Amino acid sequence: MQELMPATGVFSLLWLLIALPLAGSAILLLGGRMTNKWGPYLAVSTIVIDALLAIWMLVEMMGQGAEERTFNDNIYSWVFAGTFKVDMAFQLDQLSMVFVLLITIVGALIHIYSLGYMSHDPDRRKFFGFLNLFVAAMLLLVLANNYLLMYVGWEGVGLASYLLIGFWQYKPSAAAAAKKAFIINRVGDVGLSLAIMVMFVTFGSVSFEDVFGSTGQASEGTLTAIGLLLLLAACGKSAQFPLQAWLLDAMEGPTPVSALIHAATMVTAGVYLITRSNAIFDAAAWAATAVVVIGVITMFMGAIIGCAKDDIKKSLAGSTMSQIGYMVIAAGLGPVGYVFAIFHLLTHGVFKAGLFLGAGSVMHAMKDNVNMRRYGALRALMVVTFGTFLVCTLSIMGIPPFSGFWSKDSIVHAAFESSNLVGICTVLAAGITGFYMTRMVAMTFYGKARWEDDAHPHESPAVMTIPLIILAIGATFLGMALLFWGNIETWLEPVVGFEEGHVAIPELLLMAITLAVVLIGAAIGWIQYARREVPVTEPHGNLLTRAARAELYGNEINDVLVVHPSFWLSRFLVWFDNAWVDGFVNSSAAAVGGLSGRMRKYQTGFIRSYALSMLGGAILVVVALVLVRLS
Amino acid sequence: MTFVNDFPWLTVLALIPLVGSFVVVLLPKSMPQLAKQVALAISLLVLALTIVIALRFDGSSELPFQFIEYHEWIPAFGITYSLGIDGIGLVLIALSAILVPLTIVAGWNDVEEPNSESVGSVKGYFALILALETLMIGVFAATDVFLFYVCFEAMLIPVYFMIGRYGGPNRSYAAMKFLIYSLLGGLFMLASMIGLFVVSGQITGVGTFNWFQLVGLDIDPTTQKLLFLGFFFAFAIKAPLWPFHTWLPDAASAAKPGTAVLLIGVLDKVGTFGMIRYCLPIFPAASEFYAPLIIGMALVGIFYGAFVALGQNDMKRLFAYSSMSHFGFIVLGIFVFTTIGISGSVVYMVAHGLSTAAIFLTAGFLMQRRRGSSLISDYSGVNKPAPVLAGFFLFAALSSLALPGLVSFIGEFMVLLGTFQRYMWVGGIATLGIVITAAYVLRVYQKSMTGSVSEGLASIKDLGKREISVLVPIAALTIFLGLYPAPVLNVVNPAVETVMSIIGQTDPPPTVGLTSTSSEGTQP
Repeated sequence: MQELMPATGVFSLLWLLIALPLAGSAILLLGGRMTNKWGPYLAVSTIVIDALLAIWMLVEMMGQGAEERTFNDNIYSWVFAGTFKVDMAFQLDQLSMVFVLLITIVGALIHIYSLGYMSHDPDRRKFFGFLNLFVAAMLLLVLANNYLLMYVGWEGVGLASYLLIGFWQYKPSAAAAAKKAFIINRVGDVGLSLAIMVMFVTFGSVSFEDVFGSTGQASEGTLTAIGLLLLLAACGKSAQFPLQAWLLDAMEGPTPVSALIHAATMVTAGVYLITRSNAIFDAAAWAATAVVVIGVITMFMGAIIGCAKDDIKKSLAGSTMSQIGYMVIAAGLGPVGYVFAIFHLLTHGVFKAGLFLGAGSVMHAMKDNVNMRRYGALRALMVVTFGTFLVCTLSIMGIPPFSGFWSKDSIVHAAFESSNLVGICTVLAAGITGFYMTRMVAMTFYGKARWEDDAHPHESPAVMTIPLIILAIGATFLGMALLFWGNIETWLEPVVGFEEGHVAIPELLLMAITLAVVLIGAAIGWIQYARREVPVTEPHGNLLTRAARAELYGNEINDVLVVHPSFWLSRFLVWFDNAWVDGFVNSSAAAVGGLSGRMRKYQTGFIRSYALSMLGGAILVVVALVLVRLS
Repeated sequence: MTFVNDFPWLTVLALIPLVGSFVVVLLPKSMPQLAKQVALAISLLVLALTIVIALRFDGSSELPFQFIEYHEWIPAFGITYSLGIDGIGLVLIALSAILVPLTIVAGWNDVEEPNSESVGSVKGYFALILALETLMIGVFAATDVFLFYVCFEAMLIPVYFMIGRYGGPNRSYAAMKFLIYSLLGGLFMLASMIGLFVVSGQITGVGTFNWFQLVGLDIDPTTQKLLFLGFFFAFAIKAPLWPFHTWLPDAASAAKPGTAVLLIGVLDKVGTFGMIRYCLPIFPAASEFYAPLIIGMALVGIFYGAFVALGQNDMKRLFAYSSMSHFGFIVLGIFVFTTIGISGSVVYMVAHGLSTAAIFLTAGFLMQRRRGSSLISDYSGVNKPAPVLAGFFLFAALSSLALPGLVSFIGEFMVLLGTFQRYMWVGGIATLGIVITAAYVLRVYQKSMTGSVSEGLASIKDLGKREISVLVPIAALTIFLGLYPAPVLNVVNPAVETVMSIIGQTDPPPTVGLTSTSSEGTQP
C-alpha cells in the first residue's frame, strides 16, 4: 500500500484539470450562439492547458520517491448519512497519471483535428461543448479517490457518449444507437452500483484506500462477488461480451468521437476499473478467471466482426473490441498482466486514435462514404493519410519495432505464463488482426478506384494531418519509449503490482512464432483484397462471413432474450392496469356509490356544491365518530 | 403548558399565502394580469421567509424540532394547535416554497377567462394555488395529528377545483376519482386517529392528538397493527403506492402542468412524509410487522410503474407512471429502517419534486405548442426547431433516470444502499429498476425530440425568456444539490437519526474491519 501524500504544489490543481473542460463545456452549451465563433477554440485551449498541466504533474511526480507518488486531495464531504461517508476527493497516482496524460494529449490532438473535421457542421459549437464535457467526466473517472465519485465520471462519460453518438439527431439511426448505448451501459451500471453496495456493507467504506486496505479480512466469496459485479460494469463500458452490441452502432457518431471516446479512452474505462481494483481480483481467483474468459471471447468476436465489415468505422470498432479483449485478458491474468494491460491500453489509445482519424480523413475525401468497397487506390492522392494509416496499421498488427508490437508481445508472453491455451488464443487473434488490417489498407488505399461518381478525393487540411502525423509518431515510438525509457513496469508496480513469470518457450522463439502468424494473416488479406479485384457489391459469403456481418447476431440475441419480452410484459401490464386494477377501482366505486350516476349529476354543473357536500359528509362522519367514541 | 415561541414563524409563513389568496380573489375580474402579479409576489414573499427560516434552522441542534408553537385548541378532545419542524419538514416546506412561484410563472398563460373549454376564472386558479400552499406548509409543520388531518383533507378542495375547473377534456372524471379515492383514504385515517385518541386516553388518562405525547406511548402491538393500517392506507393512496395508484395517471393527465407539478411534486410527498412522521414513530411495532408486505408492494410498484410507463403513448400518463415507480423507491427506503435508507428517501422526495417539475413543465411548454396534445406520436424531431426546449427535456429525463452527479442520483443510490444494507436481495432486485427507467425515459426523448421534424412542428418557437426562467432554477438546484447535497443532508440526517432511535432500529454494521467512528444516534 502506498502512502497517501497531501496534494501540494501543482498537485493541488487536480480539481482544475476537471474544472477547465467542464467550464468550457458549460460556456459553450449555455452561452448559445454568441459563442459560435470562438467557442471551439476555447474548447481546444482548455484541453491543451490540461495537457500541459498533466505534463507538469508528471515531471513533478517523477521527482518523488516511488512510494510517495500518490497524492490525495479531499475537497469536501459529499454524501453522508449514518456510517456512510463519501468525500468529494481526488487522487493522483502512477496509474491515474498515465490515464490523465493519455486523455489530455490524445484528447487535445482530437480536439484540434475536429476544428477541421467539423468546420462545416452548423452545430459544431455543441459538438465541442459535448467533447469538453467528455474530457471532464473522463478525468473525474480516473481521478476520483472512491468508487462512488468514480461512478459520477463513469456515467458522465456515458452521457457524453450518448450525446455524441446521437449528435446528428435528425438521423433516426443515430438517435437509436445513442439510446441503445446508454441502456446497455445501464446494465453495466447495475453491476457497478451493486459492487459499491457490497463494498460498503463489507468494508464500511467505498474509498480505494479503505477497500484495498482491508481486502485481506473479507471472505473470498464476497470478493468474488465484488469482482464479478465489477466485471459486469467493465463489460458495459468496454463493450465486452455479452454487453458488446452497442459499440458498432456507436459509429453513428462523428469520427473524432469514435476516435476519442469509442477507441482511445472511454471504452478502456473497464480495463481501468479492473486494474484499479487489482487488490480485489488478486484475492478472487474465480473472478479473475472470468475476466480472462470474457476477454478471450470478445477478442475473437471483435476480430471476426472486424474481418467481415465493409464499413471502415465498423471494422475498426470490431478491432477495438478485440484489442480491448487483449487488455481485459491481461488484466485478468493478475500481477503478471496488469502493467501490460495498461501498456497496451496506452499504445492502442494512440494507434487506434490514429486509425480512426485516418479513416475520418478518408471519409472526408469520399463525401462521408464509409463503404470500403467504394474506396481503393487512394494512396497516391492522400499521401499523409496513407502513410500515417500504414504506420498505425503496422503498430496494431504488432510488427516490430512499432509500438503495438511491444505491448501486444508483452500480453502474449504474460498469457503463456498463466496458460498455454490463453497464450495460443492471443497468438491466433494476432493473426486475425493481421488479416483484417491488411484487408482494410488494401481495400482503401490499393487496388483500383471504385469511387462513387461524385467523389473527388483530396488530402485533408493541415489541421487534420498534423494530429495524424503526431499520432503516427506515437504509434511508432511510444512502445519503445514506455518500455525502455519509461520503465512502465516499475512505474506502475507500486499501484498494481508486478511479477515476472516463467514461460517454457524461449522468448525470442515465441516472438518469432507470433510474428509469423501475423504475417500469414496479413498475406492472406493481401492476396484476397489487393491482388484480386474487390467487388463493389458484397458477395454472398459463407456462413461465418454472413454471421460476422450480422455482428454475430448480438442484436438478435438481445432482442429475443430481453427486448421483446420486456415490451410484451409492458403491453400486458398496461392492459392489466386498465382492465383489472383500475377496473376494480371504478367498478367498486360504482357499486358503492354509483360513481357513473354521480358523474352525470356532476356534469350538470353542481361541481362546487357536490364536492363540498362530500367533504361536509366526511366531516359529519368525523363528528359522529368522535361523539360515539367519547360517550 | 403553553409554550410560546419568540415569534410564530410557521404560522406567519402559512398565513401569508392564505391572506394572499383572499386578496387575489377580491381583485376585480377585469384585472387578471394583476391577479397573477399579486400571486407571484406573495409566493416570492413566502419563499423569502422560508429562506430566512432555513437559515435560522440549527442543523446541529440537539432539539429535533424547532420553531415550535403550542396553543390549546379544543381542550376537550386534547386537540392542540401545535407546529414545529424537523429537518424533514424543513426541506419539504422549502421544496413547496420553491415550486409554487415557479408553477405560477410557468402557468402564466395557461388559464384563460371562462370559455367553452374551461369554467374557472384566471384569478381563481392563482388563488387556489396560494390556498394550497398554506395547507402544504400546514401538513409539513403540524405536530398535532388532528391539525395534520385537517390540512391533509382540506388540501383536497383546492386540488379538486384546480383539476375539475381548469383541467383538460377528462377533467371531471379525473377530479372526482381523485377526490373520492382520497376521501376514502382520509376516512380510514380518521377512524385510526380517533382510535389513537381513545388509546392514548386509556394509557395516560388524558386523550391527546399531540404528536409529542403520542410518540412516547407504549401501545400494545395488536392495537398498533390495527391503527397503523388506517394511517398507512391514507398515505399509500396519497403517495401513491401500488396498487392504489390508478387515480394518479388520470389526475395528472387531466390537470394543467402546473397543477400536476404541485400534485405529484409536493402533495404526493405528504404520503411518504406521513409514513416517516406518523406511521413509524407512533406505531413502531406495527411498522416492523407490516414492513415485509410494504417492501413487497414498493418493489412491485417500482417495476410495475416502470413497465407500464414503457408502454404508454401519452406523455403525461407516462410521467405519472414513472412517478409511481419512483414512489416505490421512496417507500422502500423508508421501510427498510436504515439511516441511509430513510435519509435517502427524503433526499429522493426533494429530487423527485425537482425532476417532476422539470419534466411536467417542459412537457407542458411543448404541448402548448401543439394545442395541448400529449400523445407522444404527435411529436418528432423537436430538437431541430426548438433545441433549448429539447435540451431541457433531456435534462429532465436525465434527472428522472437519476444520472450520477444530479441530486436524484444521491437519493436513489442512498435508498438502494440502505435497502441493500438490510435486505441484500431486495436491494439487488430494486437496482435492476435503473435499466428500465433509462429505457422508458430515453424512449420518449428519442421519439419526440429526435428524427425528422413532424408536420406542424417545423415552425414552433423555442422556449421564451419566461419559460427558461422557470426551468433554469430547477436545473441549477438539481445540479448543485447533486454535487453538494450537504445543505439537505445536514438537516435531514439528525431528524432521521431521531426517527431511528424512536423506532429502536440500528444500522447493520459492516461485516469486516473498519470500526465506525461516527455515531449513529441509535439506541442499542
